[in-house]
Amino acid sequence: MTAALHLAYWQTTTIKVLVVMGVIPLGALVLAYVFLLKMMSHMQSRLGPMEAGPHGVLQLLADAGKFLQKEDVFPERADRAVFALAPVVVLMSAFLLYVVIPAGPRLTVSNLDTGVFFALAVSSLSVLGVLMAGWSSANKYSLIGALRAAGQLIAYELPLVLGVVGVVIQAGTMSLQGIVQAQAHGALLGFKTLGEPYILPQALGFVLFIVGAQAELTQTPFDMPLAETELVAGYMVEYTGFRFLFFFMAEFGTAFAFAAIGATLFLGGWYVPGVHGTAADVLGPFVLGAKIMLVSFFIFWFRFTYPRFREDQLQAVAWKYLIPLALVNILVTGLLKVVV
Amino acid sequence: MAVVTEFQKAAYVAGQAADARVNVEIEAEGMTLNIGPQHPATHGTLRIVVRLDGEQVVWAEPVCGYMHRGYEKLTEVRTYPQVTTLVNRIDWLGSFANEVPFILAAEKLMDVEAPPRAQWIRTALFELGRLANITLFLGDMGVQLGALTPVFYAFRDREHVLNLIEAATGGRFHPNYDRIGGLKEDLPKGWVTEVKSAMSRIRTFCDEMEDLLVGNEIFETRTRGIGLVPAAVGLEYGLSGANIRASGVDWDIRRDEDSPLAWKHCDWKVWTHPDGDCFARYWVRLQEVREATKIVEQLLDGLPSGPIQAKVPRIIKVPAGEAWVHTDNPLGEMGYYVVSKGGLGPFRTKIRTPSFSNISILPWLLRGVYVPDVITILASLYFILGDIDR
Amino acid sequence: MAADAAAGEEAAAGGTPEAESPAAQATATTEAPAPVDERRQPWLEALQAELGEALVGHEIAGGDVWVRVDSSAWRRAVVACRDRLGCDYFCFLSGLDWKADVDLAAEKVWDPEAQPSAPAAGANGGYRTGVAGGDTRFQVFARLFSTSAKVGITLKADLDEEDPRVESIVSLYRGAEWHEREAWEMLGFTFDGHPGLRHIYLPGEFEGHPLRKDFPLLSRDVKPWPGLVDVEAMPGEPEGGGDAEGADAEGAGAEGGEG
Repeated sequence: MTAALHLAYWQTTTIKVLVVMGVIPLGALVLAYVFLLKMMSHMQSRLGPMEAGPHGVLQLLADAGKFLQKEDVFPERADRAVFALAPVVVLMSAFLLYVVIPAGPRLTVSNLDTGVFFALAVSSLSVLGVLMAGWSSANKYSLIGALRAAGQLIAYELPLVLGVVGVVIQAGTMSLQGIVQAQAHGALLGFKTLGEPYILPQALGFVLFIVGAQAELTQTPFDMPLAETELVAGYMVEYTGFRFLFFFMAEFGTAFAFAAIGATLFLGGWYVPGVHGTAADVLGPFVLGAKIMLVSFFIFWFRFTYPRFREDQLQAVAWKYLIPLALVNILVTGLLKVVV
Repeated sequence: MAVVTEFQKAAYVAGQAADARVNVEIEAEGMTLNIGPQHPATHGTLRIVVRLDGEQVVWAEPVCGYMHRGYEKLTEVRTYPQVTTLVNRIDWLGSFANEVPFILAAEKLMDVEAPPRAQWIRTALFELGRLANITLFLGDMGVQLGALTPVFYAFRDREHVLNLIEAATGGRFHPNYDRIGGLKEDLPKGWVTEVKSAMSRIRTFCDEMEDLLVGNEIFETRTRGIGLVPAAVGLEYGLSGANIRASGVDWDIRRDEDSPLAWKHCDWKVWTHPDGDCFARYWVRLQEVREATKIVEQLLDGLPSGPIQAKVPRIIKVPAGEAWVHTDNPLGEMGYYVVSKGGLGPFRTKIRTPSFSNISILPWLLRGVYVPDVITILASLYFILGDIDR
Repeated sequence: MAADAAAGEEAAAGGTPEAESPAAQATATTEAPAPVDERRQPWLEALQAELGEALVGHEIAGGDVWVRVDSSAWRRAVVACRDRLGCDYFCFLSGLDWKADVDLAAEKVWDPEAQPSAPAAGANGGYRTGVAGGDTRFQVFARLFSTSAKVGITLKADLDEEDPRVESIVSLYRGAEWHEREAWEMLGFTFDGHPGLRHIYLPGEFEGHPLRKDFPLLSRDVKPWPGLVDVEAMPGEPEGGGDAEGADAEGAGAEGGEG
């Protein structure tokens, strides 16, 4: 905050927590509305929801209300405690991601020095939640979905992480705020005006990150765990009402977070050339928001176009193609960093 | 005889090897999974019981009959014109194509020939039924594999064909337009021009499908080499239509039989594919849709004028005898074996439906495949429940 | 093309058999100056050579060939078709119930314990059966096709009324498995050597064989068949002609179409 207003630690923390708690549903709603309801519909030559609010903007609020008032159903043979806990675990992992995302030079919950490391580590907590959900549902379809998910999420952690290592080498720091500053003060082919968004030198890393994010979010082409036409929502199939809402919010909250991390690592985050200081604090969130929408556009565009991989093909893609590519990327980046 | 390519032989051997592997483990505790009868992938109420070993199918058995309506018995208490209302509903997406073989069988027994204009219009509507049916397949195969968008384009472009069928016959799915001796009434004014524009829309749609699905690497990975049906095995099971043409058998009833319908007046091609896997079945149907649009255009260009119905008595009594007529319907070979004893209605009708035989191959085909491939194979064999269950 | 030539020849032969009375159809060949179907006659001759005595009836008419064999030679006939004639495609297998004196719309009550009705008196046991003849109430028939010769054949065999059974052809054509299950379920035929005859369409506890003529169409229990509803006159024809007949599914003998 500004120098004039000196708040106690607990006050700033409370404000930050409240902001994050507000941003997650808001981000999830915006993403779900713009991309899932409207962009997908228009791409499929249909209109999408139009009734609730002008052009259906309030549709998701109506959906949330609907989910909240449903009966809390447990399958008869489900393990109650684990069944109830699973969506919470997944939601927790989504929340924790927001700790390190910077929205302005001073707008970050906690500027960890190991920001990237923390983010990627925390995002893999969702695997636990998925496994808990699938196993405790006492349903064969859920079990198949959960086991597929476990294999997939673990396999695709690696291209995600390795793709990001190139950025870390180039920026010289793991802190997300530091990476933004490195891009802001970097030089592109000798020009300092635009800074150096890492999407250009790290194009391969960007592709790996997007593919890895797609798989982490279990979106098509990697949505075998959900596989609508086979398993009908896979590990989530027994969840109704507000528990399903948790999963839904966790999925889109994580998508928002991953898009934010991608925008931060590769597009420069909250930085816009020419804006510094307090102005950046004000403008930063909006700039970051715009970049998030851009990255999400690609993620969701792939989701609606491609068919899905079979599980073994999915694993083959990860282990045989993406990881070697990521290693090559790291090698080249390291060499160039040392040499150039 | 169909020639088996190297690719087919190799995959067939691999399939047998998978059998051998799986047979050894057959005593192990496996998981029995019911796919259906309520399931997005089974196009209706088909139930497939599979026993799984991990994700591999050890044993599969389709259970049909959830939609059995007893058509063969029902035709015995209907008059001949009333039977068309029944048989419309066998392959409900193929609309007009179901009525044609039955009416032809009755005409064969009565020794009545419909006038040329009626035969040409029948053929055009038959091919429009093929378009309505197979365009849905082209999108649907995408959805079964996870590509959400092509099926919406399929529904959008199919609407044009359904509107045309409705304009001519009064019904989108159940036209009930064929009569013994001809058709119910003539075409509406301006119909022919509408059809031409719709045909070019369908061709654009086929190009879109080719871009979106056939050219997609993920689609190819999911469908090439999956569900291989060697031609000899397919013929033994009674696979027909595009399913067997995708295994390399060059057989199309429209071209090879001397039917009173007007296919012989058009210049068109029969498409086959040597591989016999899911990709081949999709590809063959894609080409058949394009070919069907060309057939329709040629038919309507050369449509003869004249009466629309031959002179038949007001109350139709078909002379005694037996007749078998089959046609290459959208789903395969559909035929009616009509036994008449000179009465108002058939004495016995045996309805030979393509999907019944197409599905009978599943116990053999599904052994040793993965669960996602089960869905792919079901989608590529393309059946309609009304066709299986009659 | 060969198809057209053959069709042209058959057009003359095609008119005669169907329009005649069923009794005349039971004879082996058509009237004297009938042109020969070049594609199907060799098939018939090959089967006659192969089966000899067992081939008890045949007909080539209307661009199709029917062959009726003795039920004990059913499997041999199918083997002959597959190996000698090159029929690689299995089209279908089903059965026919020729019981003629049943009013399907009338019978409202079905008694599962009832004995099958005795065959009516008269020639051929009172059964007037169809193309290529027939002596008994039940016939199994199957259709096979050769994709190389593009010619198909319908095989028939008479089955005993008390115990209709015949050999299974599943080991020859795998697709027959489902068709034989359906024939068992619908008509009560037993197929010796079938891997497992069980219900395919109907639920497991279903009693009776629906396609038999003495199995009533139970929906008629609710509402009697309205019969032939009023039909509009064709343009130019006087009103009120023709018979407003009732429920029969088969009428009296041969009436060619009215003029």
